[in-house]
This record gives sequence, C-alpha cells and structure tokens, in this order.
Amino acid sequence: MEKNEIEVDIKVPNQTRYLSLIGRIGEDIAKELDRFHGDRDTLAYHINLVLTEAMVNAIKHANANDPDKMVHVYITISDQDLLIRVYDDGQGFDINSIPPPDFDTLEDRGRGIYIIKQLMDTVSYEKINGGNVLEMTKNLSCM
Amino acid sequence: MNLKTEEKNDVLVIFVKEERLDAHNSNDLKVTMQEFFDGGRKNILVDLNDVRFIDSSGLGALVSGFKNAISHQGSLKLASLQPQVKSMFELTRLHRVFEIFGSTAEAVENF
Repeated sequence: MEKNEIEVDIKVPNQTRYLSLIGRIGEDIAKELDRFHGDRDTLAYHINLVLTEAMVNAIKHANANDPDKMVHVYITISDQDLLIRVYDDGQGFDINSIPPPDFDTLEDRGRGIYIIKQLMDTVSYEKINGGNVLEMTKNLSCM
Repeated sequence: MNLKTEEKNDVLVIFVKEERLDAHNSNDLKVTMQEFFDGGRKNILVDLNDVRFIDSSGLGALVSGFKNAISHQGSLKLASLQPQVKSMFELTRLHRVFEIFGSTAEAVENF
C-alpha cells in the first residue's frame, strides 16, 4: 500500500438497516482527509450519499432484497483519488440504459444513479466473478 | 421511524425526528402522509429540522406525499431544511416543486 493511502474493505448483510453504518464510515473518512483543500463537510456528505445510493441499488435492485446475500463495499483513498466499489451478487443492469430523471414529470423513483453520476467524476457498473461491481471515483486533487 | 405530529391552525405538522431520511425509513413517512390524506387531511407540513441526511428514497417519499396532496385537493409543504438537505432538493431540481419555508411558524401562515 502507498504511503498516505487509506483502504477500507467491509461486508454487510443485504439490508437497508446497514446504510447508515456504511454511509457514516465514508463520511468519517472524508472528514479526515486533511490533504483535501475543498469543502470537506460537503465532500463527506456526498460520500455518505453516494455510498447510500450505491448500497440501495445493490440491496433492492441487484440482490432483489434477499436478506441472506451480502453487500461488499471497498473504499480506497490515494493522494489523487477516492475510489469506491460496491459489489453485488445479482443479475445486474445496464447503467447506461437508465435515463436521467424527467424534471417535468414527478416520479417517486429514479434519482439514485443520477445523483451518483452528478457527484462523482467517473461511474461504471460491470459484471465481475458472477456478480457486478459499481465503481465510482472522485478526483481529490483539483478541488 | 420517529415522527411527531402537531396541529397548528388547520395544518397538520409532521416533525421527522430522525437524523437520516433514507431507504431504510422513508417508506414510513410515505405511508403516514398517505394515511392522513386518505383520512381527509388537506394541509400537511413536513418539518425536517432534525434531518441531517436525505437520499433519493427520502426525496421520493416526499414527492409521493406531494402527489397525494394534489390528488386529494390538498397541499404538502416543507419547513426547516438543513443546508445539505436543501442542496439535495436543488441537485434534483425538486426545490422548484415544493414550497419550502425557513420555519414551521412561517410555513403555517402560508397555507
């Protein structure tokens, strides 16, 4: 591991009660990034939010609310980037087929992936080892 | 979910006494609002002063309440949003949809 790099690897049951735990871990990590010169509180909120949205995506859509499955979250921070991977065991979906929300018609759902794409610099969702991984990065150096 | 309700003039105020309004608990708020509208309530105000964090599911629950209000010829308004919560309404452009007030007192005067 590089000097100055933080790495967190955690698995939790496929249940929404663990959203706050994972979100808070991401938030606390962001608040400790003293080499980040932007607004750390806003970054912390955004990391909490994208982790929450990615986990909900895994729990409800990919893992179909099966409480016996697990969600695997991996966070690593280097000097330049914050990288988050959220793994699921589900069928997956095509992230590029999800349209942005229609701001003129009021829908209850459909804002999660949009929020992730708005707040992170890169977002991808790929098949891996029989499951899927949602990978997102945030560049920390240019803010 | 910890919700507190109060009657102020002709408005039912729902205080969300949770730090997070997310996919884990937002359905409770959605169902509560629906029950009040179905029961004949016209004016509901949701006070989010204690909420420090909202996700797309929390926003979705409020959108559901807003649509319920319209279908019952009523209204749903919001008060006391924390700055980060308000920024989520702006990111998703829902600040154009909801009437948002700085305090419950101010909101109650505007129904």
